[in-house]
Amino acid sequence: MSIKQVSIFIENAAGRLAETTKFLADNRINLRALSIADSQDFGIVRIICENPEEAEQRLKEADFVTTITDVFAVELQDEAGSLSKVLFILAAAGVSVEYTYAFLSTKKEGSAYMIFRVNDNDAAIQALKDKGIAITSQKDIF
Amino acid sequence: MANYYQPEIECASEEQRKAMQDERLASQVKHVYENVEYYRKLMDEKGVKPEDVQTTADLYKLPFISKADLREAYPYGLLATPIEECVEIHSTSGTTGKRVVAFYTKEDVDLWHECCARAIVAAGGTKEDICQIAYGYGLFTGGAGLDGGSHKLGCLTLPMSSGNTERQIQFMQDLKSTILCCTPSYAAYIGETLRDMGLTPDDISLKAGIFGAEPWTEEMRKDIEKNLGIKAYDIYGLTESSGPGVAFECSAQKGMHINEDHFIAEIINPETGEVLSDGEKGELVFTSLTKKAFPLLRYRTRDICVLNREKCSCGRTFVRMTKPMGRSDDMMIIRGVNVFPSQIETVLLEQGYPPHYRIEVDRVNNSDTLDVYVELSSNMFSDTVKDIAKKEKDLAGAIKTMLGISPKVHLVPAKTIERSEGKAVRVVDKRKLHD
Repeated sequence: MSIKQVSIFIENAAGRLAETTKFLADNRINLRALSIADSQDFGIVRIICENPEEAEQRLKEADFVTTITDVFAVELQDEAGSLSKVLFILAAAGVSVEYTYAFLSTKKEGSAYMIFRVNDNDAAIQALKDKGIAITSQKDIF
Repeated sequence: MANYYQPEIECASEEQRKAMQDERLASQVKHVYENVEYYRKLMDEKGVKPEDVQTTADLYKLPFISKADLREAYPYGLLATPIEECVEIHSTSGTTGKRVVAFYTKEDVDLWHECCARAIVAAGGTKEDICQIAYGYGLFTGGAGLDGGSHKLGCLTLPMSSGNTERQIQFMQDLKSTILCCTPSYAAYIGETLRDMGLTPDDISLKAGIFGAEPWTEEMRKDIEKNLGIKAYDIYGLTESSGPGVAFECSAQKGMHINEDHFIAEIINPETGEVLSDGEKGELVFTSLTKKAFPLLRYRTRDICVLNREKCSCGRTFVRMTKPMGRSDDMMIIRGVNVFPSQIETVLLEQGYPPHYRIEVDRVNNSDTLDVYVELSSNMFSDTVKDIAKKEKDLAGAIKTMLGISPKVHLVPAKTIERSEGKAVRVVDKRKLHD
């Protein structure tokens, strides 16, 4: 049930993100979600797009440093408290969250999606399912 | 007023010097040929017998020896006396696990300390002086050499070793040390710390400093002299040929006098090996005349400099060498440690990184910095900052294990380090070390 996220390692310098997104645009890779983690020297661009394998292949051919990571997504009601509920379930299952980021649904009014990268995907998905929380599949968000 | 430790030697006439060198050279070549198989082979390959070398004019007949030979012969291959006659070793930082280890008999240690005592006297030292030795002690030759020289002269010797700068300054104040011996960058740092503590040169009693083991400029000399209220003297040496004291500066401060009763210096063209005349710039080559345990004949130092045989105003007749103006190989001296780019490359390959890297060396607040930029490729990339920071830390640790000094490692995206003709530009040295 996991979703494939494409991550790109770039230098933390003016123009690098612009070059990266231009490359994605030129290759007609449409982004559904994006998040950036950075340090003083480098940045990691994480994207959710329709054909992650193909995107990764194109990026590698162009000498980008890139990898695919399994993450999962949960659909949440766009209201106070819904994220907290999910995080408490994960915490109770002993799952630690490396990072998370959000995007709004283009299909359903009033819904938001959270992407999670955790230390144990299977344990996290099982714990959420046990509590009746549906895990979003790749095709649900496109 | 010139000061000498052994005036009859330091101010010997040219005839006296030549006679002494000829006699010592002939007997040294015989000693080496008879006792060191490695040398015997080298000499036999060149068709030279000990009897072919009777005077310094015959020196050119001998083969050169280099650091590669020293590594190959590690540890005992160049030892020329039975091990039971040796009393001490010193060592340089090594590459790929192989160090250079030099051995000393009791007499070798004695003569080495004598050379260091000459340097202290040339800097104005007498037995009334108090010498604060802030070079590192241990395998490094700096601490042991100047410590021994100070003892020889009969100075009160403070064996501080390097570091703990406030304590260094406290000893200067409390025990009123008059001569400081350390690396020039550490001397500069002590000067700054003194100022930061709200003190001035008037609060300490230093009058002179003897600084070596790394390159430094005239500009740095002026700064150190001003900040510590002293006269700063240069000293030269290398572990392979004993340590500091191979050459030392006198009050004229116009080049370092080479202790020619112990060493013959030659300048060669590093490309062809051809011997050049005095005054020409080239690679410095040393032959040790008196070392018994680890005698080197025609050792290529890789230091580029010029010899000057003009009469010096101090009265010494020993030839003078300029400060090294560069290297004929790619060795860098960082925080007093010898570093070859190939050592860093070895670590990268061992750790699974591609051999594309850039080394940046700089001097910030008189301390050397080492930054290593390494390319990260997709197969080693994982998408958290934490993982990448850990990779950088692990790699810095492995480099530190190899070099003995800590670098800052920066992982950068693959194919972003500039290449010229397919090769990365490996070293950027931003320090201004030569005038």
